[in-house]
Amino acid sequence: MSGHTDSEDIIICENVNKWYGEYHALREVTTTVKKGEVVVIFGPSGSGKSTFIRTINRLEEHQEGKIIVDGIEMTNDIRNIDTIRRETGMVFQQFNLFPHLKVIQNVTLAPIWVRKKTRKESEAKALELLERVGIKEQAHKFPGQLSGGQQQRVAIARALAMEPRIMLFDEPTSALDPEMIKEVLDVMKELARSGMTMLCVTHEMAFAREVADRMIFMDRGQIVEEGTPEQIFSAPRHERTKLFLSQIL
Amino acid sequence: MATEVARARPDRPAFVLWDWLRQNLFNNWYNSVISVVILVVVFQAMSGFVGWALTAPGWSAAITNLKVLTTWTYPTDQVWRPALAVWIVALLLGMSGGVWRGIPQTLAIGFGVIMLILGVLAFALPPAAAPLPVSGPFFLLISGVTTGLGYGLGLRVGEPLRWPLVISWVLVYPVAVLIIRGFGGPLPEVPTNLWGGLMLTMLLSISGIVLSFPLGVLLALGRRSNLPVVKWFCIIYIEFIRGVPLVTVLYMGSLMLPLFLPSQIRIDSVIRAMVAVTLFSAAYLAENVRGGLQSLPKGQAEAARALGLNTLQTTMLITLPQALRAVIPVLVGQFIGLFKDTSLVVIVGLVDLLGAAQNVIGQPQWLGTPGGVWRETFLVIALVYWVFSFTMSRTSKTIEENLSVGHR
Repeated sequence: MSGHTDSEDIIICENVNKWYGEYHALREVTTTVKKGEVVVIFGPSGSGKSTFIRTINRLEEHQEGKIIVDGIEMTNDIRNIDTIRRETGMVFQQFNLFPHLKVIQNVTLAPIWVRKKTRKESEAKALELLERVGIKEQAHKFPGQLSGGQQQRVAIARALAMEPRIMLFDEPTSALDPEMIKEVLDVMKELARSGMTMLCVTHEMAFAREVADRMIFMDRGQIVEEGTPEQIFSAPRHERTKLFLSQIL
Repeated sequence: MATEVARARPDRPAFVLWDWLRQNLFNNWYNSVISVVILVVVFQAMSGFVGWALTAPGWSAAITNLKVLTTWTYPTDQVWRPALAVWIVALLLGMSGGVWRGIPQTLAIGFGVIMLILGVLAFALPPAAAPLPVSGPFFLLISGVTTGLGYGLGLRVGEPLRWPLVISWVLVYPVAVLIIRGFGGPLPEVPTNLWGGLMLTMLLSISGIVLSFPLGVLLALGRRSNLPVVKWFCIIYIEFIRGVPLVTVLYMGSLMLPLFLPSQIRIDSVIRAMVAVTLFSAAYLAENVRGGLQSLPKGQAEAARALGLNTLQTTMLITLPQALRAVIPVLVGQFIGLFKDTSLVVIVGLVDLLGAAQNVIGQPQWLGTPGGVWRETFLVIALVYWVFSFTMSRTSKTIEENLSVGHR
């Protein structure tokens, strides 16, 4: 059991650096996320925001600095990586559901194979989660038979089935038709209110204003500015933040 | 104001032959000319062929040599052993058809019906040399009836037969080889140099398909591995085998290998051919499977890893099943190729179906037949090859259709 030295801080990043070849993708990223906090990360494309949240569950490797998730430091040790991945759920822009498995199988796969739960137990839990995201009746369809919004909600249920302590959202609504964005955001809002620790890369500013505890603005691989939604929207300190907000609002 | 405009689709107009002909074959003057010319050519060719087929003198070559074509020089008094192997397969096929329905059912019914029809027809043929239960008609009828009995049993018992059947299918090939080869006692050993004909073609093809599949998948995964030794071994193996013809691999196996091995070790010539065919096929299969793996979006593996699945679980549960589905048509195409390529074993002294046919054609008693008997004999074995290849092709299509349900 890894030590919970400070039970409040669930993600700690210190001077995280990452390069793609010569390209410096993350520069000295330092931030801390508290348990139960909802953090929205935004910024122009190529600013490193997706790369940053993907380093938190090691879909991307960082080369310098320290990432500590739930008291476990992210190293090359495969056991640490696997433990952290079990503690973090991730939702992708392109849903990435498994098209050869039915909705319910998508949701029960990881509990059965990773958490070693029984099929019966996992299915009961899966149906509960599918009900929570409002698509219980689609449980026995294949992902290809669902709309984009429904697929993304399945993806959220799939991540929740592992009972993660942290949820990472990588532009969850960017690939959706406008009328489907709301149904996904509603699920995310409900999740935020339930006390889940969430890191969301998104440009849904209304969502951020409503549920975010903190917003992080990134540009060119660095954190330019962070603060509460109020601060960011009404009094951004940096020119770059002002300019970006003026373009998307 | 918007009104409800959705309505039932109009009925498709009834099929009228005359309209169809006018629209498709005679819609203008040059199409009419082309149609007439083609019809005349097709009719000429067909009537020529049918006329020749009905009067051809050489059919008796294939008919009187059914024993040679199917089992070559396998001792006649022991021919019941390969026949028994076929009956076991027929029983399993029938039972599988009854238990699983779907594709096994289609195969079982097709096999059973063909066997019964051929069996009835075979009564019209001159009696074969083999003793009663396995002479042509009885062998075929028993095969058909066994399939039917198995099917009935499968339907009746159902579910509890699943696992026993799966295990039986895994064991049936080694058991069949054991029965055919023998081990003394009630089953005296029949050396493989007496094997041949359709039996050898089937044994080589089945072992080639069944063994090259897992080997090819492993090579494909190995080539994508992060471990340099594994990766380079797979690359060198695949590229070497793909760089040489099958004939070379067969020669290597049958002529070179004995030179390298100590003289006490003698590997059976049929086994050498089986190994050569398998190793050859695996390299191509690996590249096909790798193509399937490559075609998957990167997000699939990422999602699996993000859920905490390890590399092995990600491969076995997520990437490999999807990759294999994507390449089913290619794999079956390759298996059809392998099935026909087994005829190359003739060059290393084995006598498969094609080799047996060539031998029949050269038998002295047909010297007097005007024009020889090669046309008729080759037509017969071509039909045999076609039936098997076509079955594989159709089965692959059905599998694809079944799997495409709800798939994006």
